[in-house]
Amino acid sequence: MTYLLEVTDLRTRFHTPEGVVYAVNGISFHVGEGETLAVVGESGCGKSVSMLSVLQLIPVPPGEIAGGMALYREQDLLKKTESEMEAIRGQEISMIFQDPMTSLNPVLTIGRQISESLRVHKGMDQKAADAQTVELMELVGISDPAHRLGDYPHQFSGGMRQRVMIAMALSCSPKILIADEPTTALDVTIQAQIVELVTKIRQQIGMAVIWITHDLGVVAAIADRVMVMYAGFIVEEASVNALYENPRHPYTSALLGALPRVDHRRDRRLKSIPGAPPSLLVEPHGCPFTARCEYVIDRCKTENPPLTPVGKNQHNIACWVDINSGVLRCT
Amino acid sequence: MDSATSQIACLTPDDLETPPLSLSQLAWRRFKRHKPAIFGLVVLTLLVLYALVGSLIVSEKYANFNDTSLRLLAPSAAHPFGTDSIGRDVLARTIYGGQISLLIGLTAVVVETLLGILVGALAGYYGGIVDSLLMRITEAMLNIPEIFLLIVMAKYFGGKIPELDIFGRTLSGSVVVIVLIIGLTSWMYLARIVRAQFLSLKENEFVLAARATGTSDLSIIFLHILPNSIAPIVVSATLGVANAILSEAYISFLGLGVQPPTATWGNMLDGANNYIESAPWLWFFPGFLILLTVLSINFLGDGLRDALDPRSRTV
Repeated sequence: MTYLLEVTDLRTRFHTPEGVVYAVNGISFHVGEGETLAVVGESGCGKSVSMLSVLQLIPVPPGEIAGGMALYREQDLLKKTESEMEAIRGQEISMIFQDPMTSLNPVLTIGRQISESLRVHKGMDQKAADAQTVELMELVGISDPAHRLGDYPHQFSGGMRQRVMIAMALSCSPKILIADEPTTALDVTIQAQIVELVTKIRQQIGMAVIWITHDLGVVAAIADRVMVMYAGFIVEEASVNALYENPRHPYTSALLGALPRVDHRRDRRLKSIPGAPPSLLVEPHGCPFTARCEYVIDRCKTENPPLTPVGKNQHNIACWVDINSGVLRCT
Repeated sequence: MDSATSQIACLTPDDLETPPLSLSQLAWRRFKRHKPAIFGLVVLTLLVLYALVGSLIVSEKYANFNDTSLRLLAPSAAHPFGTDSIGRDVLARTIYGGQISLLIGLTAVVVETLLGILVGALAGYYGGIVDSLLMRITEAMLNIPEIFLLIVMAKYFGGKIPELDIFGRTLSGSVVVIVLIIGLTSWMYLARIVRAQFLSLKENEFVLAARATGTSDLSIIFLHILPNSIAPIVVSATLGVANAILSEAYISFLGLGVQPPTATWGNMLDGANNYIESAPWLWFFPGFLILLTVLSINFLGDGLRDALDPRSRTV
């Protein structure tokens, strides 16, 4: 079976005055048609950078895509020229961003911003684009859309702006929507609305969603599959049920252990993972989680475990140890 | 009390809703509150009317007509602004000179703004080697004193363009030369302003968002980022009009600008320095008109800056 998007051994670096930042270190993943893939991990672990790399939205320089392939319908996106990518972005793969307050251009009307990709990609005239825009705004739940076309972003609240962003991203019915922490800047009730909205639209138009987040609660609600990243590596990848029921990588397990739970006593301190993620300025050798791992063995320090299947159901982890039994996994 | 509540109750939702104001309506509202800007607008309008309507009353021939027997006459009923050193009527010359000075001011700013935006936008948006190259050129230009550049270019290009007809007037080709050299020597500050704007604006998420929807570089530069920097550009451009009028006055004063008999406010001052005390009307009227124009344009620019920013909170 071929996937809609298949990324192989993607490596992204940034050349900074402090040295080379190894942001993404050879990750491979895939997204199927209509599937929702969640990408989780702490800040700076390469979630956003890997998705931006796929769309070639990394600033070059200082960024550099040092290797890998990103096959979208059998075409390598990383080899495409800027103008070829312009035809892909928005039309085939769209992206929405974290902060709706800054992701909209403050001096252009909402209508113009949503209709822009319709005019660019579909060659619609302003009138047709406006009509389509009104429909899109209705779809994302903006009331009285015809009257709000001429409004400016500052006349919208945060949640409404994120809806506008979603309308923009959906305008050309893309096959994949990359959502880069779209709910982080919103308050909880609005978060729930946005999550619901994206889920609903995904079912309506049957697109795949890549949802970048560090909110494990959201992941459980929407994702089919989850990919856990750490320091530019994928450490675990599994279906959402398998991951929550039985995390197999020490990092995932610690991450889930750190979640606050409703049934815990209130005065209990939240658990945290001791230590800090490794500096990305050092070329990685060995497993990146070594310094914070409670299952660490000698081999971890010298050799980075590859992502390999464990058990059944396409559950992959990158670890030398089976944390359930405490024994070494044969490789 | 009763009638008040019933009135409130009578209001339908439609009545309560104020119609949304368009951006230009909002801008006009803010502009109107800026008293100096209104002053500037009114004075500038009057000055333009002075130059345009005046030319319907007195002919250009009259403005250029010289009779040395009438030289250096003090203001009188026949010559309200007096006559100059070769007997031309100063009032008529300020009218025709005003047309040229204002024309030079406006067109030189168009040249300046286009160049400045182009250089600044490309340098700021692309950065790297494009930025280094364009900014070094800008700095090189800035390092040469402007007046020196103006003089050298005026001397070099002067007289190479034949006379031309604009709006029924025959102008010496030096007008075009002056417009171009003022434009070519004054774009650097604007380029720096635009570059600085682009450097900060391009880091905004809305630029990334626009790129993520497949917008091309050119439309990001000109349709997304440029409208965000319109306020400083408009201010700089209005001030540029004032500067261009002054620059024209400098070089015309030095005798290198627009060549007589075509009058400008600047070249009317040329030679007036010999009569500062004996014939003050020679420099007072053109000088006062330049002052008034520059002042009102500056006020106007100030008001536009406040009015054009859609994020401005004052309504």
